[in-house]
Amino acid sequence: MIPVAFDYERPDTVDAALALLAEHGEDATVLAGGHSLLPVMKLRLGAPELVIDIGRLADLNYIRVEGDEVAIGAGTRHRDLEASEVLATEVPLLPAVARTVGDPQVRHRGTIGGSLAHADPASDLPAAVLALNGTVVLRSARGERQVPITGFYTGVFSSVKEPDELIVEVRVPRTGAAGWAYEKFTRRSNDWAIVAVAVVDGRVGLVNMGPTPLRASATEAALAEGASIEDAAALADQATDPPADTAATREYRRHLARLLTKRALTTAAGV
Amino acid sequence: MSIMGTRVVRVEDPVFLTRGATYTDDLTDERLTGALHLTLVRSPLAHARITAIDVEGAREAPGVVAVITGADLDLPPALLFPAANKAMVRPWLATDVVRFVGEPVAAVLTEERYQGPDAADLVAVDYDPLPAVIDLKAAASDEVLLFPEAGTNTALGFGVEDAFDETLFDGCDVVVTREIVNQRLAAAPLETRAAAAVWGDDGRVTIFCSSQNAHIARDEIAGWLGVEKDTVHVILPDVGGGFGAKIGADPEFALVAALAKRAGRPVRWSESRSENMTGMGQGRAQLQTVTIGGSRDGKVQAYRIDVLADAGAYPRLGTYLPAFTRMMAPGTYDIPKVESRARVLVTTTTSTVAYRGAGRPEATAAIERAMDLFAAEIGMDPAEVRKLNVIAPEKFPFVTQGGVEYDSGEYAKAIERAQEAAGYAELRAEQAARRERGDARQLGIGVSSYVEITGGGAFAEDAAVEVHPDGTVTVLTGTSPHGQGHATAWAMLASDHLGIPIEKITVKHGDTDLIPRGSGTMGSRSLQTGGVAVYQAAGELVELAKQRAADLLEANVDDLEVDKSNASIVVKGAPGSKSVTFAQLAEQEKLAVSTTFDSKKPTFPFGAHVAVVEVDVESGKVTVERIVTVDDAGPVVNPLLAEGQRHGGIAQGISQALLEEVVYDEDGNPLTATFADYGFPSAAELPSFELVDQATPTPINPLGAKGIGEAGTIGATPAVQSAVVDALSHLGVRHIDMPTTPLRVWEAIQAASKGAK
Ligand SMILES: Cc1cc2nc3c(=O)[nH]c(=O)nc-3n(C[C@H](O)[C@H](O)[C@H](O)COP(=O)(O)OP(=O)(O)OC[C@H]3O[C@@H](n4cnc5c(N)ncnc54)[C@H](O)[C@@H]3O)c2cc1C
Repeated sequence: MIPVAFDYERPDTVDAALALLAEHGEDATVLAGGHSLLPVMKLRLGAPELVIDIGRLADLNYIRVEGDEVAIGAGTRHRDLEASEVLATEVPLLPAVARTVGDPQVRHRGTIGGSLAHADPASDLPAAVLALNGTVVLRSARGERQVPITGFYTGVFSSVKEPDELIVEVRVPRTGAAGWAYEKFTRRSNDWAIVAVAVVDGRVGLVNMGPTPLRASATEAALAEGASIEDAAALADQATDPPADTAATREYRRHLARLLTKRALTTAAGV
Repeated sequence: MSIMGTRVVRVEDPVFLTRGATYTDDLTDERLTGALHLTLVRSPLAHARITAIDVEGAREAPGVVAVITGADLDLPPALLFPAANKAMVRPWLATDVVRFVGEPVAAVLTEERYQGPDAADLVAVDYDPLPAVIDLKAAASDEVLLFPEAGTNTALGFGVEDAFDETLFDGCDVVVTREIVNQRLAAAPLETRAAAAVWGDDGRVTIFCSSQNAHIARDEIAGWLGVEKDTVHVILPDVGGGFGAKIGADPEFALVAALAKRAGRPVRWSESRSENMTGMGQGRAQLQTVTIGGSRDGKVQAYRIDVLADAGAYPRLGTYLPAFTRMMAPGTYDIPKVESRARVLVTTTTSTVAYRGAGRPEATAAIERAMDLFAAEIGMDPAEVRKLNVIAPEKFPFVTQGGVEYDSGEYAKAIERAQEAAGYAELRAEQAARRERGDARQLGIGVSSYVEITGGGAFAEDAAVEVHPDGTVTVLTGTSPHGQGHATAWAMLASDHLGIPIEKITVKHGDTDLIPRGSGTMGSRSLQTGGVAVYQAAGELVELAKQRAADLLEANVDDLEVDKSNASIVVKGAPGSKSVTFAQLAEQEKLAVSTTFDSKKPTFPFGAHVAVVEVDVESGKVTVERIVTVDDAGPVVNPLLAEGQRHGGIAQGISQALLEEVVYDEDGNPLTATFADYGFPSAAELPSFELVDQATPTPINPLGAKGIGEAGTIGATPAVQSAVVDALSHLGVRHIDMPTTPLRVWEAIQAASKGAK
């Protein structure tokens, strides 16, 4: 549980971090909350030559309303999402999802940017941002671009983010009073989801039902056409490719996706 | 008022809660100055022939002092469990064949600890894979042998020579049989294994290690190193949990000592959590076939249990534990005919050792599942069937079909009291209502009746008590606390005789030079052996003090008594007359006593648990709503400590029933080697525990005390498992193996509904 030797830098500004990334590219890895990166390094599954610590960049830590959206700095901790008054009224799904991540220690360290960048299909926040139709703001020394979350993920632990890019912000639409719910199914209270379902405003995000977070498109389409919750939820596992492991078979995950979607839609509908 | 039976707060906690304990890895002992750090290269394969080991690259790495392979060591492989098949010996570092993922293959000694893993990564080992043996039936087939020299995978058999009695179930109206898995568990103590060794100029080696018993560790290490016991001095710093997996020494400890000798410098080793999850001995791991028969009116007439037990790759203490399973097979029941046998097999997995309960939870789980299956078959309430079959109180001492003598018991009363406290009738009514309504959340009620054996290993224990001239007291004990609170309880026992407040009493343990003999802490033995020894020693010290005081006070010894208000000897019925304190006597002459208490027999604590669970029949998720336990271990010295033992055991019992399982894939790769994957519980998975007290004394020791340390894992596990099955019994579900995960519960419901169609 001792990582391979690495160099460490803690730049004072986002630009300095971007300059280091531009210089070192794939040899460097950004450290935010460290709660995904450090386990990977300690288990020697990853061995970056340079660790660039962005965990203390205050510039990346904010939650503010901007027009129809809420902009969230990539360095915002799960705990800050949980406690945010802005989110509680503007995007109530997010604090509720953040509250289910790990345990208090994890939530005080882990960041939304780290969670999205890590691209673990079992993580909670990526599927929530997907259900929200959010946008990922990427910046590098070359410039800035905005990528809709629907086009961000390319596979397990992979996304369109280039090695020299930093996620600087996550933008989500203000959903206000629209119905929402998060159903997370775990063995233990502080576990990763076996399956989870995020519902907001008629959109459905699925956790751990494939190599990337997924949308239950068939369910969404059925709902749009006026199908009952029961009927729409029965389609939730369509076009998914769930993994099998010690906690669940593929078939069981499909069942859970349908069940949790039904429950989440029911809660979201306020019935 | 006597201090006995009162809720004295643990004297050990202020340190633990403030500056923290001093575990082996924290030691700054000057004898360890300049120590090298050991990192082990471990096998990534479950079963393979080693064709080459190249250590050259590693030798060049920064900080490396030595890289050692099995070929460099002149330690012969050892039979870790003496009664096992003699060919099943473990090399200290594998040379020809590796037999489990995590087996040490090479040792790297570095100046600094962090240099070790980098160098270890440079050791190149070529493996030629051999087929893994994971499944116990496959192991029993002997198709693939772990030790071809042995000619068998059977490490040890119990009762396997004799054929089963074909007429055992003759005359039974109903006979039910079932295969039950008692799954493999990881002890997972918060402190992983650690050892440090240094050789002195006198030719002796001092070994600091994390263990449940210094003396057994000393004897084992001496044996493995091939030196006299006196050559080895074992010291135990604070130990952060053991649960049976730290009984005695681990092979790595002896390796640390051997390498320290070779290097001519102290060596220290502390494993990572990942190493612990494959390297530390694991528990349970039995495949049981139970058969139960009886009459339709509920009398059980015959019971049989046939066990295949998993020893892991190299037989250790786990190899012996099926003997306890057989011994306790009939549980609390008066069953006319009982048969059992057990075959212990090697597999390409981590070795098995003791784990909280060690053979008895396996027995209880089996008989309790069998009772439920029988009850379901004849359509009788499971609590009623139990009460109909338990041994009646007037039959004690009772010699069982398991071949042991139960000392005392009130089994039906315990079930009654647990039912009463749980509100059993109301719970059944609530269950019926939910079934009627077809609720998604169904209620399950599980009842267990248990008896176990404690202090079943070593019956004797030493104690020494000395009062110093300053009025303080030192107690030496052969037990070895690692969370149990002996510093508090043993001080209370001494204080009860002497009247010296516990703040002035220091309890010392875990040093083989300071304390010549001891059997340590395991099998719930400590109070009924070591505690009683301390109590007896303090009593003897009072007698000694009276004899010395008689002259001074010019009185007859028989006329003297202890005045506990000021720790002195006074003349009976003569208040205000001359007195002498223990401290004053100690000033004149050393005031010390050492003694041995030998109970000659084990005790048999018992109880009954009622578990209430909710099962979400749509998802398969189980929530434990309540656990009500009657645990009768005789009179209690300190309720706080006893309750702590019950709590911990119940948590582990619930956890075995619902969450924990060490899983290997078919190639022998561990799939649960991190805390993310292994189902270690947290407080959030547990309800508040409802404890009901009952105290039936044992006649075999003066305190009347039995062991309480393992009650929870023995009683709670089957109660919770039964409750899960009970919640689904109306759907036709009769059994679900542990852990009753959401997946398993859902699959059982699916299978039952298919069967119904
Ligand atoms: C015990 C435990 C339980 C957990 N339980 C859950 C759970 O239930 N649900 C869940 O979703 N997660 C869980 N997590 C993961 C946790 O949420 C992590 O904090 C999160 O996934 C990663 O965030 P981080 O800030 O810690 O990222 P880090 O670990 O610092 O980084 C993770 C990866 O993202 C990259 N990265 C980080 N920030 C940026 C950025 N701004 N731009 C570009 N790349 C970046 C890093 O280079 C690294 O590759 C758990 C973790 C632990 C240790």
